[in-house]
Amino acid sequence: MSSVFFYALTGVGLFTLGLYALIVYTHLLRKILAINVMGSGIFLLLVSLAARTRGAPDPVPHAMVITGIVVAISATALALVLMLRLREASDRVELPEEPME
Amino acid sequence: MTKLNNKQRLFRLLLLVLLSVLAAGLGYAVLKLPLQAPGLSTRVTENLVVSGVSNPVTAVLLNFRGYDTLLEMAVLLLALLAVWSLGSQSERRESAPGAVLDMLSRLLIPLFIMVSGYLLWVGAHAPGGAFQAGSVLAAAGVLLLLAGWRPGVWFVGLPLRITLVLGLAMFVAVAVAVQLAGWRLLEFPLPVAGTLILLIEAAATLSIGITLAALFFGHRPQTGQDSGSQTEQGEK
Repeated sequence: MSSVFFYALTGVGLFTLGLYALIVYTHLLRKILAINVMGSGIFLLLVSLAARTRGAPDPVPHAMVITGIVVAISATALALVLMLRLREASDRVELPEEPME
Repeated sequence: MTKLNNKQRLFRLLLLVLLSVLAAGLGYAVLKLPLQAPGLSTRVTENLVVSGVSNPVTAVLLNFRGYDTLLEMAVLLLALLAVWSLGSQSERRESAPGAVLDMLSRLLIPLFIMVSGYLLWVGAHAPGGAFQAGSVLAAAGVLLLLAGWRPGVWFVGLPLRITLVLGLAMFVAVAVAVQLAGWRLLEFPLPVAGTLILLIEAAATLSIGITLAALFFGHRPQTGQDSGSQTEQGEK
């Protein structure tokens, strides 16, 4: 197994780990972090798969990842501010464990 | 954390099984990919000469897929507008920075700005570019904000807004100017391509840096005129 697939599989692992945390935890900060971990997994997957060339790696996925990182940062910042606003408005940062009646 | 009841434990077990299946499926799909896949790298290399820069990633970002980068600048601006429109936050506890942070930030900020400028310049022919340079600039801004520095009142009004929009505006202006001169939208004519890209990247670096730092700040900095309306809201 080449190092390309080692990193790609690590990316898949990070994605799954993030998905698990996203579903299981009710705290919104944990959910935001989980989405970021999922995103990092996808970035790692893309960048590692770009290295399957003979010479220099494929620049297109690299450019896509740079774009993706910036969008992820913007989305995370917005999510965090929304979370803070929610805490201000309702004093809660966790989703209810049981469905509300 | 509250103790899990049986139902929750069962749910987590089921979830683990399902996610393991997902991970196995994704892993299998990854492993089935061919070991050698040039992707688009050969086409990029072939067209690198006409892009105006010699770093393939910058060529893809600013030239071949300029639309992506243009819209990404718009996404950044949109995120900041959304954050600002969510209104003012409850006041944060602010503490005076320690002597170490104060001293260190004074030493580091000029270095950050220099590294940012270097990354911007080197992006034309080596790894670097507007986004990396902008992030370093943003890190400098975050450090300043953590050390207790706040932008002056003269800056947070119109000058700040102009700086935030500058990257996107420069991109659109260059694209439109090129089109008016007879080329296609976002096509950079070769003799001036390198200069145009550097121009866009310089404006983008400044905008990205300030936008990210403003996102970290979290709410719209108050200008002199705003303070009147703020107190009015407070009285209600």
